[in-house]
Amino acid sequence: MLILECPCCGVKGEETEFHGGGEAHIRRFGPGSSDEAFHDYLFAKENPRGVHFERWRHVNGCGKWFHVARCTQTLEVFGSYSAQTTEPPQDIKDAITAKRPGWRWREFA
Amino acid sequence: MSEAKTALPGALFDGIAVIEEAGLQGMITLRGDLGDKALASALHDVTGCALPGPREVALAGEKGAAWMSPDELLVMVPHGETAAAVATLDARLGERHALAADVSDARVVFDIRGAYAREVLGKLMPVDFSADAFGPGQIRRSRMAQVPAAVWMTGEDAFRVVCFRSVAQYVFDLLKTAASEGGEVGLYA
Repeated sequence: MLILECPCCGVKGEETEFHGGGEAHIRRFGPGSSDEAFHDYLFAKENPRGVHFERWRHVNGCGKWFHVARCTQTLEVFGSYSAQTTEPPQDIKDAITAKRPGWRWREFA
Repeated sequence: MSEAKTALPGALFDGIAVIEEAGLQGMITLRGDLGDKALASALHDVTGCALPGPREVALAGEKGAAWMSPDELLVMVPHGETAAAVATLDARLGERHALAADVSDARVVFDIRGAYAREVLGKLMPVDFSADAFGPGQIRRSRMAQVPAAVWMTGEDAFRVVCFRSVAQYVFDLLKTAASEGGEVGLYA
C-alpha cells in the first residue's frame, strides 16, 4: 500500500484517497520549440525502477496538487512537497540520499 | 421560492448503528485567505465560531465552521438563515478576493449514532477511526467507498457525514449495509 502525506492539509492517507498526476518537474515545450523537444515533452517520460518524482492530487480531500518523491520498487515515500516549485527542495533530496546514495533522476541528484 | 427538500427526507435505518438523514442544513462554501482577520471576524459574526485550524471543525449549536482546505471553509447555519448569512459574508468581505456560495442544496447530511458508529465508518473509509486517532473537533475529508465525503463528530459515538446530494442514495445504502445487523467486527471495541 502506498501511504502519502498531503503537504497542503497535513492528512496522511492511503493511495486511493489521492489521484496520480504523472511525472513531476516536466519542462514544457510549445509553439516555437523544435519537433524533437515537443516530442520529448509529450512522450519521453521517466520510468525508473527506484527513485521517482510524481505529481499527485488530494482529490477526495483538500483538492490540492502536490509533489511526491518515492521509490517505485518498494513504495517507500521519501517525502511530499509543494507543487509551487520547479525542483525538489534540499531536504527531500537529502532524505533520498540518506536512503539511496548516488541516486539520479533526470537533472537532479 | 419553492419548498426546500433534502435528498432523502426522513431516511432512517436502525442496525448496529442508527443512520439518519439529518434534514435541511444551510451550508456555505467560503473561499479566501484564511489568514485574513476580516474573514475570521466575518465568520464569527455569522456563526459565533472562531476560525477552525487545519483539519478542525468548530461547532456552536446549529451553527459551525469546518476547515476544508487551506483556502476553504464550510460554514453551517440553520437552513432558513443561509441567504442572510451569504449576504453578511459578502458585505463583510467587500472587495477582497473571496467567495461565499450557498451550497445547501448541493449536499446531503447524514448522522451516524451508536456504539458501532466508528466501525460503520471505518468499513467504508480508508481512515483510522480509533478514538486515539479521531475525536471531537476534528474533520476528515476522504472517500466513502467510491465518492468523496467529509466526516466529523457531533458527540460521543455520534458522527456527521456530508457528501454530494447526487450520491445521497448511494451513500445511504453504503451506510445501511455497513450497519446491518450482525456486521459487528469489534475492531474499535
